[in-house]
Amino acid sequence: MTEQSHSAWSRFVTDYGMVFVLLLLCGYYSIATLAEQHPTGADGGDAVARQIIATHGGGASVLIAARDTKDDELFIDAIRARIEGAGGTIAETVKGQPSDARKALDRIAAAGMKLDVIATNEATSRWTVFDNLAAKYPALGKVTVATPQSYRWPNFLKTDNLLNVANQIVVIAVIAIGMTMVIITSGIDLSVGSLIALSAVVAAILIRDAAGGAEAGAGAMVLSCAAAIAVCAMIGALSGVTVTVFEVPPFIATLAMMLIASGLAWRLSAGESINAVPETFIWLGRGDTAGVPNGVIMMVALYAIAHVVMTRTTLGRYIYAVGGNAEAARLSGVPVRRVLLFVYTMCGALAGLGGIVLASQFKSGDPKFGLMYELDVIAAVVVGGTSLMGGEGKMLGTLIGAFIIAVIRNGMNLTEVDPFNQKIVLGAILLAAVLIDTAKRRGWLRLGRRGKTAAT
Amino acid sequence: MTTATHTAAPLLEMRGIDKSFPGVHALRGVDLTVHAGEVVALLGENGAGKSTLIKILAGAHVPNAGTIRVDGVEQHIANPIDAQRAGIGVIYQEFNLVPGLTARENIFLGRERSSAGFINRRDEARRATELFRRIGVPVPIDVPCGRLTVAQQQIVEIAKALSLDARIIVMDEPSATLTPKEVDHLFDIIRELTAQGIGVIYISHRLDEIDSIADRVTVLRDGQYIGTEAIDDIDRERLIEMMVGRKLDSEFPKHTTAIGGPRLVVKGLRRGEAVKDVSFEVRRGEVLGLTGLVGSGRTETARLIFGADRRDAGTIELDSKMLDIRQPRDAIRHGVCLLTEDRKSQGLVLGQSVRDNFALPNLPRLATAGWIDHRRERERFRHYVESLRIKIPHQEQLAKNLSGGNQQKVVLAKWLERDAEVIIFDEPTRGIDVGAKYEIYLLINELAVQGKAIVMISSELPEVLGMSDRVLVMHEGRITGEITDVANATQEDVMRLAVR
Repeated sequence: MTEQSHSAWSRFVTDYGMVFVLLLLCGYYSIATLAEQHPTGADGGDAVARQIIATHGGGASVLIAARDTKDDELFIDAIRARIEGAGGTIAETVKGQPSDARKALDRIAAAGMKLDVIATNEATSRWTVFDNLAAKYPALGKVTVATPQSYRWPNFLKTDNLLNVANQIVVIAVIAIGMTMVIITSGIDLSVGSLIALSAVVAAILIRDAAGGAEAGAGAMVLSCAAAIAVCAMIGALSGVTVTVFEVPPFIATLAMMLIASGLAWRLSAGESINAVPETFIWLGRGDTAGVPNGVIMMVALYAIAHVVMTRTTLGRYIYAVGGNAEAARLSGVPVRRVLLFVYTMCGALAGLGGIVLASQFKSGDPKFGLMYELDVIAAVVVGGTSLMGGEGKMLGTLIGAFIIAVIRNGMNLTEVDPFNQKIVLGAILLAAVLIDTAKRRGWLRLGRRGKTAAT
Repeated sequence: MTTATHTAAPLLEMRGIDKSFPGVHALRGVDLTVHAGEVVALLGENGAGKSTLIKILAGAHVPNAGTIRVDGVEQHIANPIDAQRAGIGVIYQEFNLVPGLTARENIFLGRERSSAGFINRRDEARRATELFRRIGVPVPIDVPCGRLTVAQQQIVEIAKALSLDARIIVMDEPSATLTPKEVDHLFDIIRELTAQGIGVIYISHRLDEIDSIADRVTVLRDGQYIGTEAIDDIDRERLIEMMVGRKLDSEFPKHTTAIGGPRLVVKGLRRGEAVKDVSFEVRRGEVLGLTGLVGSGRTETARLIFGADRRDAGTIELDSKMLDIRQPRDAIRHGVCLLTEDRKSQGLVLGQSVRDNFALPNLPRLATAGWIDHRRERERFRHYVESLRIKIPHQEQLAKNLSGGNQQKVVLAKWLERDAEVIIFDEPTRGIDVGAKYEIYLLINELAVQGKAIVMISSELPEVLGMSDRVLVMHEGRITGEITDVANATQEDVMRLAVR
């Protein structure tokens, strides 16, 4: 149908207009955090070694000056590998203080060795011991100090930072899948923050007491986590029953569950952080597969599944119908109660999974986890374009919303915005998202109606 | 009534009131006169224009033409405040009371007697008590209105109107939810009010009541002023004739098909006060008309058959098989479907596309293991778009942007796809323009030819008589009559069974 292709673009703008906001934000923070970057570690070592080979040829004699850190060790190894590979010699390697460098220079001078280059990184290049070398050590001959070339690049776009943002998103984004479903049915779930804590605590206690503590095997850990998620799913189901059978407003029903779940987490853990978990427990939260964090892989997979469920299955259609008009849905034969029960159970289970990810990131279970997370999750859903009135919303919109929230938080940290002001900004963003929703509803903005692309 | 009051300027005089809404000419030059101390009954079928006229008087609508005079002085009533100032008080069927507030608080809501921001409760209580004394009925003034009986709440409304110095009080179907004893009581109150010089406009479908309380009666039909008569000069036959007017039968393309044996058999259906022991059957190929006034239990009966409400008692059989219907899902599974009266709030998910709406009850069949076959969904819907001539630009069109006729067709399409055997239409042509109405009638005929059992609930008597093979009339939750010889029946016959 031609109408369909004609409106595809405008529908994309209407449904996922927030993607432009996200791009704008990324662009803004890329410019705002643009800074001089000094390569360190292996990258820095490679860079400086290449510079040395380029200026002095393969046979240079090199002194490596580095501090006693893990990162600098990589720096040293990289230089050694390249210089020796090119046929040069490493006259001496300094790993420590400027005084160590002076001793090394003394030794070289005393031994009458030739020295061409001192390879430094950004930190060691500032050691004053390397100033006026020709005057201090005439015996060494003409020695140059090489430092890896610096370049300008946004702090925001550094690989480490992007991975950091991705890890921050995972917990919120995973729970936001469940929250999106709940909000599409025109409900709300305030208990997810507490369920994070409960899940983390239950999983950690089970690993400690039943799976063998720090020596626990993978299978036992998976079972412990599954049990913790099941507990959260049950609490979600309880919210669902309260909402459907007893017709308690979701706000109140889940507020009660929020208190109960939090109380349980504190009770079970006796208020303590539980750390008796094996090193391998961090696989989900901090591990990666081919450079991509495992949590991010799981999140993407869950979103793919959730998107398909919402757009291509009976269940998804029912969720939208219940939120759009519960009475019409009931009179059309939709099992309204079962649908509601499902979404609250699912939201609880996903909050439980979020708790496992957080526990894995911190390698512990703590009742203080997840505090106020429900607000970030709800904000992600609302910013992602899901209407609090129900019946409308897109799973991928929520993912974008989660990214927007995380990017803003991260960007504000990088640009050193006062934490108190950060709260104000996030509140204002949430307010703006809700106002846009209201505006759409009242037809103030005709987003993409006639192919107009007033996306922001 | 003495002639003396009639010679003075009337208390209220509405002349040539005209009001159009987009697509509907609701009132055409309507007159209404009320003298001090008299009760004027306003009569007419559903949709005759009574509510519109009352809303104009209350300031909820502004007329396109016409004048309103109170005591001979022309009034411009543009909003409810103007109406209050002019001395008009309207008591709607749905009361405007805040259930959590007491009678006293409700009466003075928005006009609290206060000094320096503090409410003077004692003064309010004194005035409230005085009002109830004036009405002649004591009502507890410090109990939340939600806990008062309906009759007591009505009195609170009257007291509130009086506290606003209302001299013209409009009562919209005041007796609809009262017991016979309470109605007698209400009449005492009305007589008390008229004795104090207040004019009352009384709207009711119950001709018996009008006989005993009204002094004069004004009749509207299809937005037109039919006439005003003194109640003593007119008999009931003439009144009914004024209300229903002449038959317009060419609008209805009734096609009678061979009627077979019983398909749907309903026995002893009950639910509270709304439906009291309703039994009937619908035969193969038959269109059964179910009529009665609003609130007579027609819609409630349909909802019980469909499982939308829980029934207290009764059985439902289809083709001699007992159906266990507890919720709409059960009814749908057995091939029983309901096209609700209120399409917007019950028939459609307005924010979704017409195709999604069409698919909603059919998803179990359009999907394999929960996986929707989008192509099949599109094709099935296209089939109905063509066969029912649904006018939509594309299948993604949102349901809320369709005309009433097309909305009704979408609802019909979703049930036809579901192979419905019993189709209950509740007000199938309400809010639908003439052309689309005719098409709906043709579809009803076609379904009857296919052997479906059809129940058509309607308030429009010409439609009921024009389209049904047999008509049942309901009144206060019971079936009060059956008309088998529909071709020779008149609207008066139906009305006689419906009003009692």
